[in-house]
Amino acid sequence: MRGLIAATSGALFGIGLLISGMVDTNRVQGWLDIFGDWDPTLAFVLGGAIIPMAIAWRVSEYRKAPVAGGTFPLPLEQKVTTDLAVGSMIFGAGWGLAGLCPGPSFAALSFGGWEGLLFVGSMIGGMLLAVPARHFRNSMA
Amino acid sequence: MIDASYIYGLIGGLIIGLAGAVYLLGNGRIMGASGVIGGLVDGSGRAEWRDRALFIASLVAAPWLAVTLLDIEARTNITSNPVVLITAGLLVGFGARLANGCTSGHGVCGISRLSLRGIAATVFYLFAGGVSVLLFKHVLGVI
Repeated sequence: MRGLIAATSGALFGIGLLISGMVDTNRVQGWLDIFGDWDPTLAFVLGGAIIPMAIAWRVSEYRKAPVAGGTFPLPLEQKVTTDLAVGSMIFGAGWGLAGLCPGPSFAALSFGGWEGLLFVGSMIGGMLLAVPARHFRNSMA
Repeated sequence: MIDASYIYGLIGGLIIGLAGAVYLLGNGRIMGASGVIGGLVDGSGRAEWRDRALFIASLVAAPWLAVTLLDIEARTNITSNPVVLITAGLLVGFGARLANGCTSGHGVCGISRLSLRGIAATVFYLFAGGVSVLLFKHVLGVI
């Protein structure tokens, strides 16, 4: 059951990313290019995605447990940490440079050529590097 | 003037939100791409590796099937500069894991929950993304 739900969600995510044009790096970079030929498409994508998701969060408040069992995510963690700020800025810099983030990079893997593969491989490398970086940070604190 | 790409963006966005809703109400998990992928590659999400693997497999397979069956020409317009690809990939992977989320987790799932962390993360990565495009495109001209 959990596997089927995960697969359904992944498939919908991939189709949504494809239809929305977010697998096209020009669209993403066009959105971020406020001093160039600005492309507002990303705002429609984010706005559209927030609607069903906001409803789902409300529904989750009225339900005891998820359909496949287990628990809902913990109540909101509100602390804006240095890791959150620095990490998001590093992420944003790379996002602007290539026009890809984790979801679209996987959704485009089948037609993105060697370039898409190289990006995904490097991204996984970056994810693995974050593990010792976090340990180091924690040991300093 | 309403550009067709805005309509596709809105429809695609609604489907992305639906994907997140299915994941939350079905499995009780937040649909964040960097979290699902990161937890699988660094072993922190070992307990749910099967769900994660199935999510990622479908995320790759569904667009492939759609493009193949409907004979769509899907374009990524991705750069062929290996230095740019490697640098950007490292930054995206490292930053998203340090921040504990990316555009899907902090952006879609966080903002819709009015999470201060999600909104703050989105402000930070939008700002950095804008500066990045300004710098690499207009100042340095590498993209």
